Amino acid sequence: MSVRVFVPRDTTALSLGADAVATGLEREAERRGLELTVVRNGSRGLAWLEPLVEVETPAGRVAYGPVTPADVPSLLDEGLLEGRDGHALAQGPTESIPYLARQQRLTFARIGVTDPLSVDDYKAHDGFRGLEAALALEPQDIVEEVKASGLRGRGGAAFPTGIKWQTVLDTPADQKYIVCNADEGDSGTFADRLIMECDPYVLIEGMAIAGLAVNATQGYIYLRSEYPLAKEILDDAIARAEAAGYLGDDLQGSGRAFHLEVRLGAGAYICGEETSLLESLEGKRGLVRFKPPLPAIEGLFGRPTVVNNVLSLAAVPFILAEGAQAYANHGMGRSRGTLALQLAGNVQRGGLVELAFGTTLRTLMEEFGGGTASGRPLRAVQVGGPLCAYLPENQWDMPLDYETFAEVGAGVGHGGVVMFDDSVDMAEQARFSMEFCKVESCGKCTPCRIGSTRGVEVIDRIRANENRDANLELLGELCETMEDGSLCAMGGMTPFPVQSALKYFPDDFQRAPEGDRS
Amino acid sequence: MNDSREWTPQAVQAEIDALKHKPGALLPILHALQDRFDHVPEGAVPIIAESLGLTRAEVHGVISFYHHFRTSPPGRHVVQVCRAEACQARGARTLEAHAKATLGVGYHQTTADREITLEAVYCLGNCACGPSVRVDDQILGRVTPESFDALVDELRTQPLEVLG
Repeated sequence: MSVRVFVPRDTTALSLGADAVATGLEREAERRGLELTVVRNGSRGLAWLEPLVEVETPAGRVAYGPVTPADVPSLLDEGLLEGRDGHALAQGPTESIPYLARQQRLTFARIGVTDPLSVDDYKAHDGFRGLEAALALEPQDIVEEVKASGLRGRGGAAFPTGIKWQTVLDTPADQKYIVCNADEGDSGTFADRLIMECDPYVLIEGMAIAGLAVNATQGYIYLRSEYPLAKEILDDAIARAEAAGYLGDDLQGSGRAFHLEVRLGAGAYICGEETSLLESLEGKRGLVRFKPPLPAIEGLFGRPTVVNNVLSLAAVPFILAEGAQAYANHGMGRSRGTLALQLAGNVQRGGLVELAFGTTLRTLMEEFGGGTASGRPLRAVQVGGPLCAYLPENQWDMPLDYETFAEVGAGVGHGGVVMFDDSVDMAEQARFSMEFCKVESCGKCTPCRIGSTRGVEVIDRIRANENRDANLELLGELCETMEDGSLCAMGGMTPFPVQSALKYFPDDFQRAPEGDRS
Repeated sequence: MNDSREWTPQAVQAEIDALKHKPGALLPILHALQDRFDHVPEGAVPIIAESLGLTRAEVHGVISFYHHFRTSPPGRHVVQVCRAEACQARGARTLEAHAKATLGVGYHQTTADREITLEAVYCLGNCACGPSVRVDDQILGRVTPESFDALVDELRTQPLEVLG
């Protein structure tokens, strides 16, 4: 019988040569007359082990990684197909790898396990049970279930998802929409990408449930153009879900309709902001809208619209399948369920870590991450994306929970954790925050559009030791103006990384920059 | 792909007609045009405006707002270097400087031999394995100055793809 060998095909595995490994395995097996079937699964999210090759054995799946094409002959020599343990790259049973075994995977339970495009595989692993449960419920009952789960938007703003859905359900209209914000632009985040590339049906199912909950028949996934593979996989998955009756005019014979389409963004960070995203979907420049009206009342094409992040929507099938309480049992305080943390930057063992709220950054960075990749001391960590604060060591023991982080002016955001070693120049990082805002501002409001340009200039003067004290004071005032006067979070939060760098790493603003910056 | 990369008003119109029924059709149309012609030709603007009932200024405004759309043809390959924080933490600044020096161009410029257009990108979602580079639709992780040179070498020596 042919042995099944799994070689992931998510962006990270491919970026490290997974295609060549898959081809190498097939060729080498053929040369040796071995029976082997390569399955292209999703990634388990253990990025430092990618490409992580798994083999199916009677005792379960056994992992080897990180595998290069050159390792293939020796892996076969040393019993890869029997799942033997001798090779230097052997990781043992996949599910027992501590990094994975210690996680609490609810939303990501299936990633890396299944063939992302196989509907049968998805169903064999509890897929579409949430949608089937939702089809037997009234819209209000679905909304109640989501409310009871305590789910809050995982895109960063942390607004209760059930409340948003209630508003859309309560607003009468001839047409309503579900919009998935898949514009995952924050540096250090890749959880949305993993869902879309490795378990696309969980997002499709979550969106269909949202449609049933608020009586919306059309959904759009607004996907960033930087994710070409996710586009390919989602388009394919949508076609297959339609063919299997999980999307379309008549969901599983219920008479209820839900249609779904992927729309590509075009390289604009601001389009991750929900009102800019809606403008972009309407075919316009992605300029921020004034709120109110809320998108839940007047959203896409002026109609009531649920705008949720990929992870929020992907959490919904579990809630409907297992019940709100099963989800709410995880977490702490008002942060219920699990958080998809993404360990990135200068980290030895980067990847996806799904845990209930309440863990600490130190646990994450040391026990999961294993410290820095460079081996140098860790100095700063930016949590929640480019608009969130840089945290120094004395803040690494706070529990990860929306309220605790907000109290110290930090954010959980979309769960990105970017680690920096002691070679980082925090004045340079502060400058970059302003420069990023300058490049990506939509331009609608003055504090963000002009403030970011002036911010770069002031930081340059500080670093050049030009009237340093006066310019530091000016930078403080500029940050206040941007924070208080900007129309949306882009300009309003750009000061956070800058202010945190000034507050926690003041020495870096007191020395001349090394060398010339090009 | 046997469609010509040379644009004609008829070819532009065909792309528009295939998509203009969609709500919010402008972005899908611009993507289709850029996918086919490698850029959105200036001459397409009045045709799009006419077909969608927009002004030329509105169409131009949308094209210029988004980093992805370009109005002149790029080199044979587009190389994007990630400038975002997670890659910075792994040496992206050194890689950026190296890329510019090796290719002899800045961002948004094309090498003299028309082989490579260099662009900046802010996050490719490969943040645990930076620094990252995108070459056309392929993303590469843990790129070093040395592996960048090997990549450029490979791009420049690849035989021309046979179309059709």
